Amino acid sequence: MSKAPPLLQINRLRRLMIGPVSLVVDEGDCLCISGDSGAGKSLLLRAIADLDAHEGQMFLQGKPSDAIEPASWRRRIGLLPPESNWWLPLVKDHFTDSSALPLEQLDLSDDILQQAVAQLSSGERQRLALLRLLANKPQVLLLDEPTANLDPENTQRVEAVVTGYRRAHGAAVIWVSHDAAQVARIANRHYAVKQGDLQAQAIEGRQWLS
Amino acid sequence: MVELTTTDLMIAAMLVVVLALLSMRLRSNISQQLIIAALRTAVQLTLIGLVLKVLFENATLGWVSLMALFMLLVAGREVMMRQERRFRGWWGYAAGTFSMFLSSFAICIFALIVILGNDPWYAPQYAIPLLGMLLGNTMNGIAISMDRLTHAAWEQRHIIEARLMLGESSDEAISEYRHQAIRSGMIPIINAMAAAGIVSLPGMMTGQILAGALPVDAVKYQILIMFLISAGTGLGTLAAVNIGARRLFDERQRLCLDRLREP
Repeated sequence: MSKAPPLLQINRLRRLMIGPVSLVVDEGDCLCISGDSGAGKSLLLRAIADLDAHEGQMFLQGKPSDAIEPASWRRRIGLLPPESNWWLPLVKDHFTDSSALPLEQLDLSDDILQQAVAQLSSGERQRLALLRLLANKPQVLLLDEPTANLDPENTQRVEAVVTGYRRAHGAAVIWVSHDAAQVARIANRHYAVKQGDLQAQAIEGRQWLS
Repeated sequence: MVELTTTDLMIAAMLVVVLALLSMRLRSNISQQLIIAALRTAVQLTLIGLVLKVLFENATLGWVSLMALFMLLVAGREVMMRQERRFRGWWGYAAGTFSMFLSSFAICIFALIVILGNDPWYAPQYAIPLLGMLLGNTMNGIAISMDRLTHAAWEQRHIIEARLMLGESSDEAISEYRHQAIRSGMIPIINAMAAAGIVSLPGMMTGQILAGALPVDAVKYQILIMFLISAGTGLGTLAAVNIGARRLFDERQRLCLDRLREP
C-alpha cells in the first residue's frame, strides 16, 4: 500500500530574503514559527498562501499548486493576517452563512453580527476574522500572530477554537507566535526563522521534540 | 458669417493680458501659466488650421489615416500623463491608447460610413473633426477611469488582498473598484448630455451657429455627436478598465502593485 502524500509539502520555497524553505506538514500538525520582527515570517506565510510570486513548488495532498485554481488554493490554505480587513458595513455581510458560528466559544454575543464593523474593538475584529476564515473550512491554517492584541482569556479561547477545528477537520496549522508559553501550549513542532531559514527548535518546558 | 481679422483676435488677447496683470498684482503666480497656455492655444490652433487646409486639399485615405494616427498617439500620451499611478513600461501607454483606438476609431468609422455616408467616406472635413471630438472626450473618460482604478487598487490593497485570502477570485476582489472606475469615467458625458441646452450650449453647436448654420441643423449634429461621444467614452472606459483590472493581477491572481509606478 502506498503512503498517502502529505497534506502540504513545500519544496525549496524562496521569496526575497526567505528560503529556500522545505517543509512537510501533515494532518493535525501545529507548527509554531517564531523569529525577530522583519525576519520574514509574514512573507513566508504570504508565499505559502500564494499571494506573492515565489520560487519553488508546493503540493497540497500531492497536487501541485499550479494545478489548483488560485482562489481554491487560498480557500484551502487560509491565511489570517495580523490586521483584519472588512469592506462591508455590517459584520454579518462578510459571512455567507452566519447561523452556525461558534461565537460563544470566543466570548462574542450573537448580536455582534448585526453590528457595524466600525463599532467593534480590534480584539473583536480579530476574533471574528478567525471565524470568517474558519467558515471556509481550510485544510491548512496560516495564522500570523492571531492573538497579538488579545487578553490572556481570549488568547486561550482562540487557541481552544483553533485546536478544536484542527482536530475536528484533520487540518494543519502554521502559527506565528512570539510567546514561548503559547508555543508550549499549542505546538507539536517549533521553528525559528533565522537568516531566511527555518531552524527546528525545542519546545520549552517539554522534554521531547516530535 | 462675420469674418474675424487678426485685429479682432488681438483685442480678445488683450483680455487675457489684462487678466494676467491683474493676477500678478494679487500676487497669484498663475499669470505665467495663463500666458503660456494662451500662447499655446494660438500657436497650436494656427498650426492645425494650416495642417487641415493642406489635408483638405490632399484628401487621400493615406494622409487622413496618418493624421488620425498622429492624433491617436498624442491622445494616448495625454491619457498616460494624467494618471498618477500608471502601469510601468509600455503598458502605461498601450492600455489607454489601445482602448481609445478601439472605441474612437470604431465609432468614428461607423458614423462616417453608416450615418453620414459621404463619398469618399473618409472625407477629412468630416472625419478629422469627428475623430477629434471623439478622441478628446474618450481621452477624458479613459484617463479618469484608469486613474481611479489604479488609485483604488493602491489605496484598498489590504482589502483586495483580504478578499483574495478568503478565496475570492481576482475578478470578485476588484469588482467594486472596477464599477466605480467605469462610473467615474462616464459621469462627465452623462452630465454633459443631461445639461445640454439647459445649462450649457455645447461648443460644437455654438460654433456651427456662429458660422451661419441653421440652429435646427446645428442641433441635429450636436445630438449625433453627443450620442457618438457617449458610446465612444463608454466603450473606451469599459475596455481600459477591464485591461487595467486584469493587468493588476498575475496569472496566479496575485495583486501586483509593483506593476504601477510611484506617483
